[in-house]
Parts: sequence; structure tokens; C-alpha cells
Amino acid sequence: MKTTGRSILRSAVGTGGGREPTAASVARRDTWLRRLPLLPAFVYVVLVTQIPFALTIYYSFFSWNLLKPGSFQFTGLDNYTRLLTDESLRTGVLNTVVLTFSVIAISVVLGLAIASMLNSEVFGKGLMRTLMIAPFLIMPTAGALIWKDTLLNPLFGLLPYLLTPFGLGRVDWVNRFPMATVVAVEVWRWTPFMMLIILAGLQSQNPELLEAAHVDGANALQAFRRITLPLVRPFIELGALLGSLFVVQTFDSIYMLTYGGPGEDTTNLPFLLYLVAFQGFSIGQASAIGVVAVILTTIVATFALRTLFSIFHVEARR
Amino acid sequence: MAILGLFIAVVGAACSGGAGGGGGGGGTTTITLGAVDNPQMADLKKLVPDFENAHSNIKVNIVTLPEDQIRQQVTQDVATQSGRFDLFTIGTYEVPLWGKLGWLQDLSSYIAKDSSYAPDDLIPGIKTALTYNNDLYAVPFYGESSMLMYRKDLLSAAGVTMPDHPTWDQVAAAARKVNSATVNGICLRGLPGWGEQLAPLDTVVNTFGGRWFDQNWNAQLTTPQWHDAVTFYVNLLKSAGEPGAGNAGFTECLNAYNSGKVAMWYDATVGASNFTGTAAQNSGYAFAPTKVKDWSGWLWAWTLAMGSASKKKDAAWTFADWATSKDYIKLVGSKLGWAHVPPGTRTSTYGLPEYQQAAGAFAQVTLDSISHADVTHATVDPVPYIGIQYVDITEFQQLGDQVSQEFAKVIAGNETVDQALQKAQSLAQAVGKNYQH
Repeated sequence: MKTTGRSILRSAVGTGGGREPTAASVARRDTWLRRLPLLPAFVYVVLVTQIPFALTIYYSFFSWNLLKPGSFQFTGLDNYTRLLTDESLRTGVLNTVVLTFSVIAISVVLGLAIASMLNSEVFGKGLMRTLMIAPFLIMPTAGALIWKDTLLNPLFGLLPYLLTPFGLGRVDWVNRFPMATVVAVEVWRWTPFMMLIILAGLQSQNPELLEAAHVDGANALQAFRRITLPLVRPFIELGALLGSLFVVQTFDSIYMLTYGGPGEDTTNLPFLLYLVAFQGFSIGQASAIGVVAVILTTIVATFALRTLFSIFHVEARR
Repeated sequence: MAILGLFIAVVGAACSGGAGGGGGGGGTTTITLGAVDNPQMADLKKLVPDFENAHSNIKVNIVTLPEDQIRQQVTQDVATQSGRFDLFTIGTYEVPLWGKLGWLQDLSSYIAKDSSYAPDDLIPGIKTALTYNNDLYAVPFYGESSMLMYRKDLLSAAGVTMPDHPTWDQVAAAARKVNSATVNGICLRGLPGWGEQLAPLDTVVNTFGGRWFDQNWNAQLTTPQWHDAVTFYVNLLKSAGEPGAGNAGFTECLNAYNSGKVAMWYDATVGASNFTGTAAQNSGYAFAPTKVKDWSGWLWAWTLAMGSASKKKDAAWTFADWATSKDYIKLVGSKLGWAHVPPGTRTSTYGLPEYQQAAGAFAQVTLDSISHADVTHATVDPVPYIGIQYVDITEFQQLGDQVSQEFAKVIAGNETVDQALQKAQSLAQAVGKNYQH
């Protein structure tokens, strides 16, 4: 640190200096040489993420509808002010929050339960763990189709068939309870993810601690609440935040299951954006929604990264 | 990431102007056709070698995609004038709209050059729908109207006879009479989407006397006619329709009808050519049911159109000419079988004895329905727009999708008809404002 500080100082003083390579310029060249191998990656990342994003911001200031030639006009913050009064956007944000919150909450609880089970000595643990991860490995589109057609279809689905004795044989689950259906499918997908992360936390626990607690007279519930839970808490936080980053962007299963409907009951932000961009072809308006969505996601991501780093700090302290 | 991904796609499409196409070298021209994925297009793909043999200097590259995707891709391509597709399949909805925007090549001069093309042989209803400013901007490859298909055996077992021109009240009564624990009375589309649920529902609204807009572009969805029509449709679905109506589109209804789970089906005329087994042997066909207005069948055609930005117009027309000619119909019939002939485009098709034999009972109903479907006079009261099962304005794709989503909510039982119509009214009113000056 100190050397760098001094070299900056020296280079500032010696700017007028002749061609003779000063220590400062050598140091500077060294740092650039060291950065050089990173440059292609850096350029690539800027090309594929920042330029589209900058263009998106640019387009969001224009009233551009593909179906209306000549509509490419600068309108300032018009697209954004319209978003403020747009009921669809409010519904979209609300649906995104409801979907994300319920999916994460339910899958964390289920993931914790399953992880605790897999952490104890049960028969066929390896096989069970593999099976439990399976939903996370199935492509979201394929998974949603399986749910919609083979499990929930009111005419020939498995669930209505199993529920026939209870008089629920011909219930159209997807349309009667659209949000619950999407939440169920997403929980099915995300529980394995939570389970894996929490399991990693549980396995880092020193069994002697639990033994000691047992000797001290703590029952299983107390030991879990007072010792295990505080230990895995950062893992749960990490899982929840990483998970919400992805669940906020849920698109595939909504597209396949409900197409955002009925009405706007399951239209979340990404799906609203899709509708505005590809049904309405309002590129300006869709760009504004995109920018808002990116800002919202960035806020969530900031929390996620902070938690991630706090875990590393804890690890480092050990 | 998905959000950004979408935008890369949009931006990419917007920036790729002129990059598409890619001509063939050495005297041969390669044209690209963006086509909707349907059986008739699959047949066209099979017959492309026949075309290429006859025209050694033209190569044809056909890109087929499902309906919603081809619509998005072609719209992006044409709107940004990138010229990726030289020819594309678009529907009757797009042709006049895009013709007006200057996105399509006026085909009348090309048609005039070919003395054997016989444009007067095109079925009148279809020809009107593809005309803008008295010129044809697309040529029809496939055409359809809507009709009522019913199982004669199931209806007669319930003591019902279906007239050739039924009213909706007769159809509803018949559906309720036939409806039982194992067989539902009628299949009607409930799947949201302007091209799905809204197509049959719009024809019901038309014949009940409803309209989307009055002459001054004021939305008319809270009128009693709309209320009655939507209530009728939803009640018919609930009392005698298929279960899970909210997910039922053309394919789902076809499967239900083919497997004998529904006794009647009101849908596209092309449905009948997909019947198998008992459904094929025992089906009767009636014209689209009516209430106030006669001839309430819809009109749809998949057409071949040429972008005004195409750089290979002559080669593209040569192919479009071939694929929509009388000779192509005969080629399909002799090579792939007469049941494969693309229906609903030329009057002469229905005069071919081989086709009459293959298409049988529904050929005449199809021809008459298409001939009588008039996109310029679809409603009881006058309207400022054209279109039967759609309103021919750019905003309608989104408006129609949103409105049909509200109706899906009604079908699912999560909203009342009046609530849905109230929302639909405000959506339509916002669109109508764009046309009020």
C-alpha cells in the first residue's frame, strides 16, 4: 500500500521529467502488464452486458413502437412517468413480490427440513440426496410442461385422477389457482437449491458441539434452535438472497403454465416486459420497464453480495 | 439476466439492418421464407425440390416457427426493414395494416405479368381481406372460416337434429341436452389470446349485435350486446362445455372431439380435415351459428407476402406465384394426396372432382362460409375498422390478448362478466383514443 502511495506521489511530481524511465512509470507499466491478460474478459463483459444496458437506457427515453414507423421520438421521462400511473406495472411488481417472497419462504422451510433429514444418519442417504436435487436439474420449460399437462390437466392429469375420490376430479388447478400453481412449481424447483446450501452449512457443524449440548441437558429442539440455527443462518440468508435473484426473473414457467393469466394474475415484471416488448412492440416502454427491473434486481443483488462476503469473513475468522 | 437477454435480442434485431439475407453466388439466388409451422407449410417444404428443379437459378430456404414466434420475428424484421426474409407468411390481420405502413410490396404488377395466375379465381372473401387500396398485397396460401362440427350419432341419440344454419340458442339447447357425465355438449376455445379464445367469441359478439368501437372510436364493450354475448359464451362453457376450458385452444378441442369427449365443436373449418375414426365417419357440418346477424363465420388466411425491403423480389415472386397457383394445388393432390390440398384459397379447387371426393361433406360448407365472410361488414352496426374476429389496428394484438385474459378469468370463475367487461372497456378506450382526432 505504502509503495503505491509513494509511487503515485512521485509520478505526480515527476510528470514533466524526460524520457528516462522513472520508477513510477515502470511500476505503472508493470501494473498494466499484469492487467493485460484480464483485458479480453473485461472487454467481453462490457460488450455483452454494458452496451445493451446503455442502449436500453437510451431507448427508454424514446417513444418507439415498432409497429408505428416514425414513432422514434425523444420523449424524455415520459415512459417512466407513464409507468408510475400504469396499473399493469403495479400489478407486475406486486405479483413479483408475492411470487418471490412465497417461493423463497416456502422453499427455505422445506429445504431446511430436508437438509436436516439428509444430515442425520438415514438409510439410502446418497440416493435420496440425488433424487432431491433432480427438480433443480430439469429444464424449467420442460418441468412446467410436465406440471401443466401430465400432473394438473383436468381431463387426464395425475393429480385430478388421484383426487377424484375426494370430489376434486375435474378441478382446473392452473386457472382456478394460478398464482398458487406457479408458486408450487417454483417451490418444487427451488427447494433442492436451498436444501443443498443449507446442507453444506449443516455439514460444517462440529458434532461435538451438539454432543456437549446434549450432555448439558438440552433436548433436540433446543439444540436445533440455539446451536444449529444460528450456525446455518448465514447459509439460509445466502440461499434466500441468491434464490430471490433468480425467482425475481421467473419467466419460463409462467410462459408455459399460465401465460401471465388469467387476467394479470401471474404477470410478473419479466413477463410484463415480454408482453410489452413482443405483443405490443413498444420498445421504448419496454426499455423503461427493463431499467426499473434492473434497478430493483440490483438492490436485491447488493444485499446478496453483502451476505456472501459476510460468510467469507466468518470463514476467515475461524 | 433474462431481462437483459430479451433486450439483447431486441437490440440485435434493430441493429442488424442489412446484415440478413446473404445472396447466393454464381447466378443462383437464395430466397428465405419465414413460415408458420402448420401442416400445409410442411407440405410446401416437401415440394420445394419440385420448384427448384423447374427453376435451377433459385434456391429456397424455408424457416418454420410456431405462430406466435414467427409473428414476432417477421414483425421485427419487417419493422426494422432488415430484409432477413424475402417472403413470409402473414395473416389477414397483418396484410392491410402492413400494406398501409409501406412494409409490403404491392403484388398487383407481378400478378399482372403472369397470365395464368387467374386472380379472379381467388375466393372473394379472401381476396377482399388481402386488398389494400384496390391492390393485392399478399397471395393466399391457405384460407379458413369457422363452422359448427357435430357428431351425428351422439346428437340423434339425444333426439336432436341440427339445421344447416343453426342459431346459437338452438346450439346451446342441443349442447345441454347432449351433455352427460362422459360426453360434454360442446367444445369452445377458452385459451387466452386474440387468435385463440377471442376468435370464436368475437364471432358470437358480432352476431349478437356487438362491436368493439363505434364510428367515433368510442369503445363499446359495456353495451348490453357484449354483456349478453360474453355471458352466453361463458354460461354455455360452464353448463355444457369441456372441463379446463381456460386451457382449451384449437388443438385441445380437436383432441377432445376426436376422442369422443365432446359432441359438438365450433371452430375453424380446417378442423374437419383432421378428424379420425368415428369422428371422421359420423360428423355433420353446419354454418357458424347466428343470433341477429347472418353469416357470422370468421375469416382467416395464411398468405405469402413480400417485404418492401427485399432485394430479391423477382425470385421471391416466382416462388410465391408457384406456391399459390392452380398447378400447385394439383401438384399437392397428385404427390401427397388430395386431403393435403391447402383449402380455402381458390374457387377452382372446389371444382376438382378428386378434391370433392377427399374433402367430402365439409368442402361446400367451407367454400360458402369463406365466400360469405366479409371483413368489411362483420358487425350489425357500422364500425370504423375492418376485420371479423379481430380489429385491424396495430394495437389489437395486445388489446385482444389482455381482454381475452380477463374473459379467461371469468371462465375460471374468478371474476364476473361485468367486471371483465369494465376492464376491457377501459383498455379498449385507451386504444380508441389513438384514433380520435
